[in-house]
Amino acid sequence: MSSPETHYEESNHPGPAQYVRIAVVLFCITLVEVAIYYIGPLRGVLVPMLLFFSLLKFVLVALWFMHLRFDTRVFTWLFVAGILLTLSVFAVVLLTFFLRGGAAPSPPALGG
Amino acid sequence: MTHAAHGASEPHTSTGVDNVKMAMWTFLGSECLFFGSLISTYLLYHDTTGSGPTSADVYDIPFTSISSFVLLMSSLTMVLALSSIQQGNPRAMRIWLVATAFLGLTFVGGQIFEFTTFVEEGLTLRTSPFGSAFFVLTGFHGAHVTIGVLMLLGVVAMSSFGRLGPDSARPVEMVGLYWHFVDIVWIVIFTVVYLIP
Repeated sequence: MSSPETHYEESNHPGPAQYVRIAVVLFCITLVEVAIYYIGPLRGVLVPMLLFFSLLKFVLVALWFMHLRFDTRVFTWLFVAGILLTLSVFAVVLLTFFLRGGAAPSPPALGG
Repeated sequence: MTHAAHGASEPHTSTGVDNVKMAMWTFLGSECLFFGSLISTYLLYHDTTGSGPTSADVYDIPFTSISSFVLLMSSLTMVLALSSIQQGNPRAMRIWLVATAFLGLTFVGGQIFEFTTFVEEGLTLRTSPFGSAFFVLTGFHGAHVTIGVLMLLGVVAMSSFGRLGPDSARPVEMVGLYWHFVDIVWIVIFTVVYLIP
């Protein structure tokens, strides 16, 4: 069976020109990322800037190329749930790291 | 498209949402956890280099930037392939899919070159926790890209032999979702692993 919701909103999908414009923006952001990596005076704000640009590229690809902007919200929530779980795992790892006094847990010995 | 073709083959659903597409998004959500765990492990151990090379000793940012650019552009060719088949042009779709596969193989080739260089400089999977975390993370990503290339070529072959069926945009869209996911994982890896000191 199907319902009207099952139909993709393909007519709303962007055209090739729009895709190219998004790709140009992604390319420019990557250029800026690499450029600021080499600019010494920006060292103090390097990490937040890189994280911001990375997030921007992530969102652009997910919304436009993966069509989350045009599809049902259910897909967005499935993906966001995975990301939130990932951030939770990351937070627990960092917490573990912090509780150990900043020392990374010793990895198992390499055999052989 | 191909709206006529869609009419000939409605997507299966038991929730009002296309089952196949929902399964793909659920899979991608679980893949977030997979790569998130590997990235967390890398962040935990990236300073644990022992007597081996550090990241500053081995990383070649200009080279990796070009690899990132190649993978980003492969996402463009992928959506152009989907757009082509939605407009009822399977030949253009095959051309864009082959271009995507070529860019993916270029990326994987660059990664093999990078790995070879690192090994020559003394960083192996067993040199240090940093080496293990780096090679496992980027190696698994490279494996995902390789699987994506195989899926792209599989779709091209099926299309060439007329085996895609009436709703030919659907498999292209599913492979495209996987491919874009691999791309956004690399966006995170490039920033967190390579660029952030």
